[in-house]
Amino acid sequence: MSDVVTAGDELKLIVFKLGPEEYGLDILRVQEIKRLMKITRVPSTPQFIKGVINLRGSVLPVIDLRTRLELTENELTDAARIIVVLVNENIVGFIVDEVVEVTTMSRENVESVNSLSNGISAEYFSGIAKAENRLFILLNPENIVNTTQA
Amino acid sequence: MDVNQYLGIFLEEAREHLQTLNRCLLDLEHDPNDLHVLDEIFRSAHTIKGMSATMGYAEIAELTHEMENVLDMLRKGTLKAHADIIDTLFQCVDRLEQLVEGVANGHTEGVVDVSELSKKLASIAKGEATAPVEARQAEAPAAAAAEDLIELNETEDELVKSALGQGMRVHALKIVIRQGTLLKSVRAYMVMKAFDEMGDVIKTEPLVEDLEKDNFGNEFSVVLVTDLELDKVRETVLSIAEIDTVTAQPYGAPASTGKNPPEPLALAVEEKTAGGEAPGAAPAAEVKKAASAAPAAAPDKKAKAQQLLRVDAEKLDSLLNLVGELVINKTRLQQIGLSNQLLELTEAIEQMDRVTTDLQSVVMKLRMVPVSQVFNRFPRMIRDLSHGLGKEINLVIQGEETELDRTVIDEIGDPLVHLLRNSIDHGIEKPADRVAAGKNPVGELRLIARHEGNNVLLMVSDDGKGLKPEVIKKKALEKGLVTKAELEAMDTNEVMRLIFLPGFSTAETVTDVSGRGVGMDAVRSKIEALGGLLELESTTGQGTRVKIRLPLTLAIIQALLVRICEETYAIPLGSIDSTINITPEDIRTIQQEEVILLRGQIIPLVRLGRKLGVTGAADFSPEQELFVVIVQAGDHRIGLLVDALVGQQEIVIKSLGKLLTGIKQIAGATILGDGQVVLILDVNALG
Repeated sequence: MSDVVTAGDELKLIVFKLGPEEYGLDILRVQEIKRLMKITRVPSTPQFIKGVINLRGSVLPVIDLRTRLELTENELTDAARIIVVLVNENIVGFIVDEVVEVTTMSRENVESVNSLSNGISAEYFSGIAKAENRLFILLNPENIVNTTQA
Repeated sequence: MDVNQYLGIFLEEAREHLQTLNRCLLDLEHDPNDLHVLDEIFRSAHTIKGMSATMGYAEIAELTHEMENVLDMLRKGTLKAHADIIDTLFQCVDRLEQLVEGVANGHTEGVVDVSELSKKLASIAKGEATAPVEARQAEAPAAAAAEDLIELNETEDELVKSALGQGMRVHALKIVIRQGTLLKSVRAYMVMKAFDEMGDVIKTEPLVEDLEKDNFGNEFSVVLVTDLELDKVRETVLSIAEIDTVTAQPYGAPASTGKNPPEPLALAVEEKTAGGEAPGAAPAAEVKKAASAAPAAAPDKKAKAQQLLRVDAEKLDSLLNLVGELVINKTRLQQIGLSNQLLELTEAIEQMDRVTTDLQSVVMKLRMVPVSQVFNRFPRMIRDLSHGLGKEINLVIQGEETELDRTVIDEIGDPLVHLLRNSIDHGIEKPADRVAAGKNPVGELRLIARHEGNNVLLMVSDDGKGLKPEVIKKKALEKGLVTKAELEAMDTNEVMRLIFLPGFSTAETVTDVSGRGVGMDAVRSKIEALGGLLELESTTGQGTRVKIRLPLTLAIIQALLVRICEETYAIPLGSIDSTINITPEDIRTIQQEEVILLRGQIIPLVRLGRKLGVTGAADFSPEQELFVVIVQAGDHRIGLLVDALVGQQEIVIKSLGKLLTGIKQIAGATILGDGQVVLILDVNALG
């Protein structure tokens, strides 16, 4: 069920921000992190698909995580990044407000999302990682990319 | 020996030969006395036998061996090729196909039972055999050698005579290299080298250059001047690996060799052939003789062997990708040169432009495959179908050498099968009905391919009963595909097009041939997915004709870039009719639809900005200049209203990826010189 898979009990996460909240993505899923670039809008696609970008000659779709996770929209700053992730053999970009750090934590500190009750659809998340006084929401990229869900 | 590394070659060649067998058997059915065709069949069967024996596929070898026996008798005239035998041979080919595909899937044994067919073949062979098998084999090489001597011209004749005068020996030798040898030219080279050490080679057949280039069948002949005895020469040659037989004969003045003149010495040496191969080897020598005696029978085969190189299609694809990148970068340089007005750079780029254009066209040509690859399997299919339905059909194929991009070729087979089946099942009538209608009892089915501008036109036409508009109307109403009012507004052509709607089937009864009601709809969507157009013409009682227009290539195209507000889109040049300037006053409305008049024709206007949901696509002021791109969308024209025309340029088509497939209006994406991604419009979906 959990998509966060790392050898042993260690978990390496890319930590990024959407608004004040911090999110985590398994580093093994991440191909690279790009600065924001010109995104070409694609008509007749769901709102959260921001468009397509050119990644060294191949065209890949970019998803606006804020729209996808039903967060309030805000102006993207210079700190905004596109995280390029491999999902189900597709390469997809996620737009985030800011990439914070790479952190290592123990798997024991990950709690399942059932205990989450903030109203956001839980299927986009695979768990919550706790570290000292911080909380990282772990994403489930497969469900985020799945366009059959509204 | 580990044969797995040759598996790919084996499969490919076996399939090729099976294809040949199918084609030739059809020819043989038409003209049972055509010896050239029989020879070709024999050759293919024999090659398959040799290959499969080497690879250890006993069943294939056994079946082809039995086929060979029958074929040999047909060729000798001891057996007549009547329908029964040809049917059995067809069954054999089918069985062989199953066996070969079995091998492809990793089953070497027991895929299908061949014993029954083998027995059938054996009984055919026994039942009418007049000459005992052994006698035949003993005769064969002798005949071969006697007839297959190299003919010498005068100069060469002089050389032979003077050599004989000096007490030298002159031998004519025919060397047969084992079937399936991978490096024939190397073997030939080794043989020639051995000859050079023993004496002087006066003449070879074919020429030495051809031998070196692998441009020969499985055998070649040599006239050698030497002082060695014939036996010695033969022994030396046979010591070279993969030489099957050496047939030798002393040349010219027979007295000098002390042999009996009227009976040339002929020796078929089979010591180097493995086990079961021996019986096949002698006929092989004969086959080759027949081939050289009738070069017209298989000239294409030989010509191909010389130049063809098998390359993994993936490598070609990546080459094409790289060329695509190059084109993108070239465009970028062009833009830099233009915007900075650097004369030297512009000149250099012009050179580069020429080279990349050439490079691109070469790469595109590499990917081009003749449509015969698809067409080849049709004659057999038509034969089986028409026999099954009790119809007589003459299939005429034209322009099979027309080339199309490999990706198109891969996709075009199924739609064509659908169309051909439709023609056979619904189109062409039974012979009795045809005679009653005053037609030739044999129906004619034409499959034609040809170039038309930047497109390839594929045409399937029959002289059958054609479509009946009334029947189509009735069916469409019954199935609720249209309303009565809609039908009344339609002209005949539009009615005909109804058969392309999903869920339409005109056959009274659904047969296994066609009539599941998915056919024409599937055909249309497939063709349109390939960027092609489908047209249908039909005259009741006279026949139906379906035209398919396909783009030559799908990878790099010319496109017009247009701008709508801040967004840029590419429109394939192939679908553009013209571009015009209008003012808002020129726009009229008919039934609340905006249209424009172009040379007296009414053309619906599509505001691209609105259609594509471009933000900021605003209304325009009355005197503003507007640009309209007139495009061909399906069978009618529409005008696309855009803000500006950016320019024409070559673009490399890229896929949007799996996540974004199935978006109507968008056919793909491309990357411009500045790295910007631009979407390519699918004009068919905009109409």
